[in-house]
Amino acid sequence: MDALLALAIGVLTAAGVFLALRPRTFPVVLGLTFLSYAVNLFLFAMGRLAVGVPPIISETASGYTDPLPQALVLTAIVISFGMTAFVIVLALKARAELGNDHVDGLEHETDRHA
Amino acid sequence: MSFADHLPILPVLLPLAAGIVLLALRGTGTGVQRAASLVATLALVPLAVALFAATADGTHFVYRLGNWDAPFGIVLVADRLAAWMLLVTAAVAAFALLYAVNGTDREGRHFHVLFQLQLFGLNGAFLTGDLFNLFVFFEILLLASYGLLLHGGGRLRVKAGLHFVVINLIGSTLFLFAVGTLYGATGTLNMADLAVRLAASPAGNTALVQSAALLLFVVFALKAALVPLYLWLPAAYGQTSAPVAALFAIMTKVGVYSILRVYSLFTGLGDGPLAGLLDAWLLPLALVTLALGVLGSAASSGLRQQTAYFVVVSVGTLLVALALGTPGALAAGLYYLPHSTFATAALFLLADSIARARGTLGDRFEPGPALPHAAWLGGLFFAVAVAVAGLPPLSGFLAKFMLLQAAVATPHASAVLAVVLAGGLIGVIVLARSGSLLFYRSQATEGAGPSPSAVALAPVAGLLALTVALTIAAGPVSEAAGDIASQLHAPRLYIDAVLGARP
Repeated sequence: MDALLALAIGVLTAAGVFLALRPRTFPVVLGLTFLSYAVNLFLFAMGRLAVGVPPIISETASGYTDPLPQALVLTAIVISFGMTAFVIVLALKARAELGNDHVDGLEHETDRHA
Repeated sequence: MSFADHLPILPVLLPLAAGIVLLALRGTGTGVQRAASLVATLALVPLAVALFAATADGTHFVYRLGNWDAPFGIVLVADRLAAWMLLVTAAVAAFALLYAVNGTDREGRHFHVLFQLQLFGLNGAFLTGDLFNLFVFFEILLLASYGLLLHGGGRLRVKAGLHFVVINLIGSTLFLFAVGTLYGATGTLNMADLAVRLAASPAGNTALVQSAALLLFVVFALKAALVPLYLWLPAAYGQTSAPVAALFAIMTKVGVYSILRVYSLFTGLGDGPLAGLLDAWLLPLALVTLALGVLGSAASSGLRQQTAYFVVVSVGTLLVALALGTPGALAAGLYYLPHSTFATAALFLLADSIARARGTLGDRFEPGPALPHAAWLGGLFFAVAVAVAGLPPLSGFLAKFMLLQAAVATPHASAVLAVVLAGGLIGVIVLARSGSLLFYRSQATEGAGPSPSAVALAPVAGLLALTVALTIAAGPVSEAAGDIASQLHAPRLYIDAVLGARP
């Protein structure tokens, strides 16, 4: 499971970085979303992986998982969700103001097919 | 618990409450909103002064939220440095808002709400003693700053805003990666507890905690606009409205503050895997930042962009002081911090008045119409330029003198002296050129805009008066800065205060 999780975080981060470097705003927003998914998984894994054990005190529990990263992830999800909503609206506003969806506001011939 | 025990939380709660109240007041007239916003902002000044007085004897004022003991609960810690930053923030915010109520606040919606939330984030970031809480306050101040940056709208502002938002979102992601790694390696997020555990971290974890600490440095360097992560700043600060840019003069200092706070704790306990981690990086980067900031100001096409580059210069100078690390250099940096914030904020506000007076030409460096009330505008520009360039008799000169004096005793004396002095010289030439172009090389009389009102120039004069006050009170102020520096050099006191705090 460790390898699978590490791989998932790695792939999400790589996809996020690649998309965030694209010239148009929509892929950039998607890239930021992927990056926030990756970091949420990463934060979760920092409390160590434990299967089938509760984070809060219970009489029947055989062991516990660290509850703090779950709280951190919850905070991070809320913040990144709000930020994504904001950046989408901003990207739409930029599209309206600048006349195209290029991050520099300029239409380049070379990235017509990018 | 008496009222005074709650002092550290008040500068955080007041802007939050004011923001919520202003949101409820949005149906009322502009006058009511302005009055409420001004009252809330001005009330921060006595709070900051009270906190400064309470921490002046070296007390670490630890406020345990929810009465949970550190390191399990989140604590707010007010020490000399935090109180100093709060004081500077309150002063800049008051003058920025006094300028904004002349009309800038009506160019878009929710200006006052966002302004208060920005102050909420700033004050929280200065006071918190928890790394994740620092992240949350960073997000609050950033989200408010996105709204403020775009206030008023316009093509160039939206473009600059998009870049600013995207780069800061990536910065936030990196911050979370760094925080997560530190938590995974140490099991704590309380900064004092982190300092203890990092110093005692096992040899097998060295690479892990070092990479996390350097990742954190990248995030703070991005906020502080350190080379090579400063490219977002000139466009963002140069394109936004004047009172927002003036308030943002303190925002780069949040990055500087975070570097100072976090690394004075992480590397301050002597040995451990993080000792001397930034030594190889900080000084060269700070010197290059200073040099590129000065060159950028020389190449600027408008006064506001030029001012933004002077913000970069001030960050470079501050980080040179930090990198030298001696108590004397740190004290010089902490004396320079309020000066540079007030001076650049004043120049942002003045640039807006000049741009309005030049009509359609704006702040672009092209020969334009003769300015109305040129003697007043020019006189103020001269005084502000003296402050920004760090010429005598104002406090910028004293700060740079203290810095160079401290640098002479270090092995990096030649590099620091060369860059700071040459940068200062080019800064003087650049500002002299801008001033002569704006005020002397005027041709036509038509095309000039409305003459600036006295209320628009009063905040500039007020900020200038603060730098004059810093100069006149240089003795006590530099002593206070020295006290802050010596407290930062004894992180053990901070750690004991936080971890030893009991009801």
